[in-house]
Amino acid sequence: MTTPIIDVKDISVGFTAKSGATLPILRNIDLTVSEGESVGIVGESGSGKSTLALAAMGFLKRGLRLLDGSVAFRGKDMFSLTRTELEKIRGGEIALIPQNSGQSLTPTMRIGAQLIEALRLHSSVPASEHVTKAIELLGQVRLPDPKAILSRFPHELSGGQQQRVAVAMALAGEPHALLLDEPTTGLDVTTQAHILELLRDIAHERNMAMVYVSHDLGAIARVCDRVVVMYAGEVVLEGTTRQVLKNPAHPYARGLLASIPRLADHHLPLALDGRPPVPGGVAAGCSFVDRCALVKHRCRVERPGLAALPDGELARCFYADKTAEVSLAGLGVVPVELESRGTPALQLDALSISYHQPGLLNKLLGRAETRVATVDDIDITVCRGETLGLVGESGSGKSTILKSVAGLLPPAGGKMTVAGGKTLAPVVDNRPPDHLRSIQLIFQNPDDSLNPRQTIAEILEQPLRLYFGLTGQDLYDRSVEILNRVRLGGHYLDRLPSQLSGGEKQRVAIARAFAADPELVLCDEVTSALDVSVQAAVLDLLNELKEKHGTTYIFVSHDLAVVKVLSDRVAVLYQGRLCEIGPSNQVYASPSHPYTEVLLGAVLEPDPDTAPTLSADDIVELSPPARGCPFQRRCPRKIGSICDSETPPWHRLDSGHAIRCHHKIDDLAAAQVVAVVE
Amino acid sequence: MSIVSFLDKNKHFNRIILVLRDVMSRPSGAIGLTLVAAHLVLALISPLIVPYDYKAMNSALMLSGPDSAHWLGTDHVGRDVFTRVLLGGREALLVTGVATPIAVIWGGLVGIFFGLVGGRIDEVMMRVVDAFLSLPWILKMLVLIVTFGTGIEVLIPTLAFFYGIPVIRIARAATHDVVARDFVSAARARGHGRMSIIRRELLPNVLDTLMVEGAMRWSWMLLAFSSLSFLGFGVSPPTPDWGLMIADARGFMSFAPWGVLGPVIALSSLIIGINLTADALAKALGIDRAQKAPI
Repeated sequence: MTTPIIDVKDISVGFTAKSGATLPILRNIDLTVSEGESVGIVGESGSGKSTLALAAMGFLKRGLRLLDGSVAFRGKDMFSLTRTELEKIRGGEIALIPQNSGQSLTPTMRIGAQLIEALRLHSSVPASEHVTKAIELLGQVRLPDPKAILSRFPHELSGGQQQRVAVAMALAGEPHALLLDEPTTGLDVTTQAHILELLRDIAHERNMAMVYVSHDLGAIARVCDRVVVMYAGEVVLEGTTRQVLKNPAHPYARGLLASIPRLADHHLPLALDGRPPVPGGVAAGCSFVDRCALVKHRCRVERPGLAALPDGELARCFYADKTAEVSLAGLGVVPVELESRGTPALQLDALSISYHQPGLLNKLLGRAETRVATVDDIDITVCRGETLGLVGESGSGKSTILKSVAGLLPPAGGKMTVAGGKTLAPVVDNRPPDHLRSIQLIFQNPDDSLNPRQTIAEILEQPLRLYFGLTGQDLYDRSVEILNRVRLGGHYLDRLPSQLSGGEKQRVAIARAFAADPELVLCDEVTSALDVSVQAAVLDLLNELKEKHGTTYIFVSHDLAVVKVLSDRVAVLYQGRLCEIGPSNQVYASPSHPYTEVLLGAVLEPDPDTAPTLSADDIVELSPPARGCPFQRRCPRKIGSICDSETPPWHRLDSGHAIRCHHKIDDLAAAQVVAVVE
Repeated sequence: MSIVSFLDKNKHFNRIILVLRDVMSRPSGAIGLTLVAAHLVLALISPLIVPYDYKAMNSALMLSGPDSAHWLGTDHVGRDVFTRVLLGGREALLVTGVATPIAVIWGGLVGIFFGLVGGRIDEVMMRVVDAFLSLPWILKMLVLIVTFGTGIEVLIPTLAFFYGIPVIRIARAATHDVVARDFVSAARARGHGRMSIIRRELLPNVLDTLMVEGAMRWSWMLLAFSSLSFLGFGVSPPTPDWGLMIADARGFMSFAPWGVLGPVIALSSLIIGINLTADALAKALGIDRAQKAPI
């Protein structure tokens, strides 16, 4: 038995509400992390996972209090140490890597200075060797040219590089324990996969204790030995990664697994209905009682303890032996393919969009703009009733295209045509009412796309009045009908967005779009701000609305699995240029464009038996190349100068599948390592 | 329509109650609101409760100290200082009470408009505003007052105009934050007109900032009004006014300090009251940077 580095014993943490009551947000949690062990903490937002991780280093956010229990770090009680003693331990013996390291690095200090500061405060390295040590650390986090990075400022690095620097800083004090709070959330898939491999290697090399907090079971599967599943401030399940991800003995963990869309699936993931209780909302009984499929009377009156199962798992469930009844496969509905194919709902011809305004001098001299357009050469036809997925990393121009179609960003060139062959005006002000109504946009974050000062009634009123002139009783009836359609009721009308959960807010945003009775709905990362269980419900809703109304979708996402479950066709974008387009099952299968292959390889599945295939570097390009293939700088299958100088030709395969690459299709197929096998 | 408009009013009503309750629950809000309310009530009823005639001079009582008959003593012509202090805020509150809303409304609307339009027009206009703000306010106001004469009908528009200009900046900055949000893009993509976007999307979100700004402007304006009176450009004698009283009594400050002390305490308690209320209001509305919104 190895000695525990972090030993959290029976802690409860809470805050005092305005009413004076003490509301717990962590309840009786035990957690031990031993040397060389990495433990994952998973749960949805609000489950208390970050609070637990921070409490493990003796820190509580403002307003929170330790109600009960203790935290020991290498035998020292963290909550009884003085400030100076804590300062010595934090950052040195125990290090934290936060979610957004771009924000945790000081913007006005060079990377070298920040690293040396960490070394000065938290290591025994003599001052004369600080620079050498800093270079060594940057090398250890696999940053190319560490010497050059020392003199850079944080904003000169990409998100992935910043995260690596954060890791290097954490390692400066030779920590015994590393806490990671969603370290890869917000990074591109390929970058995320690279960072996770790095963390995995470092944990093995250094024999550290690691606590990895994430909502992403795919990331957990990659780096953790043991997983703790949290729900409503409690640990509901604890076991090895294999046990928890393959056959968890708690209904919540099973529901969570089933709600994750997977690449190989044909059907939509299964939504976990309901929402977690608010702090203090659990009076007696099990906290999961309202959403559980196996609920019995006993669950409502008695709080289950964390009991050991024969295989060593710890589950907080009276009926842990019966949980196998809850499906893991996530057998949701199979999205239907709508019949009315053929007539185009939207046609983009040679669309190009540029964020740069031509300079005044160039305009006066009549010189052509030399900058490369952000999005260029986009030819896409979306047929009626079809769902087109747009995938690509950040900066690939997928949201930019949607903005242009919505009329918010006038394109620099090319043509947009809607159903009936009518040209779509580039600016929203010049569009006839019918075009405005028929194209609706749903945004990523409902917190941002719903006016916080308007009630749901006012939000729905706007399209209904603008497009249909509804008032009075008609308006009210129609609003209720629309809310019912998105599975919310009329009683939501007088609420404000802040009174709804994330999933409910996104439903309202969807309702607002569908209130216009649109033909084409543009979905911009509509599920990425939501928890997985909520994401599944939203996907299900979008699918249902499409079936009922024959709506055409353009569905933008960075998540390949999400795109696959909903889309009939998929277009892969890199740096604002199309790489591949075709029916989704063909795009995800061999042969693929090298970039599609890189993307597929980086996808993380919540399965300890799969490993990502990393074939390209995780560098981030700031602007597309002026000539040749857009992917030339990162392509693992680059041929040579032809890729740099000539725009690759389209290879057209059967059923509309097309790949743009200088390689021959047969060569691509033969070389491909990663593809989705169905 | 009926149900929507009812809910609409209900929602705003609820929020006002919640905000007021939150303001009152904070020490700064409770003290501030009490001070402001006390001043307003006194300004309304003071003509009925004052013990003496504010104009009545008494050569026998020139500069006599506080006693049971004259709580704050008398001034250089033997008028009761307490009476004059009680009445001295009426003019100031009337002028600033009318000018502040006008300043906030015109400055706010112009600011929101430029914030929405953005681009080059916005840039140029803001430089004009900056140029205006760089001149000392007292100079600009004195020019207008000297040209058009004193009196309420000149003072109110002058104060409203000059105090609306800094509001433009604040409203524009607040609008910029709102315009960048997706719900404004959503309204634009739906095809709503500019006025509809200002009214439905921008104004409700900028209103909080404008309210706090209005309270701050009010206290500044009171100070400005008193300064003008002090210089002899505000209220004309014998009407009692704090600024004027301070100006009159300052010559005798060394041996009759009560003449200055009375109006000074009255003026500063009102300004402190307004500032404390504005502070609590900002916290209750969540636009105080140090704290998150409870409502």
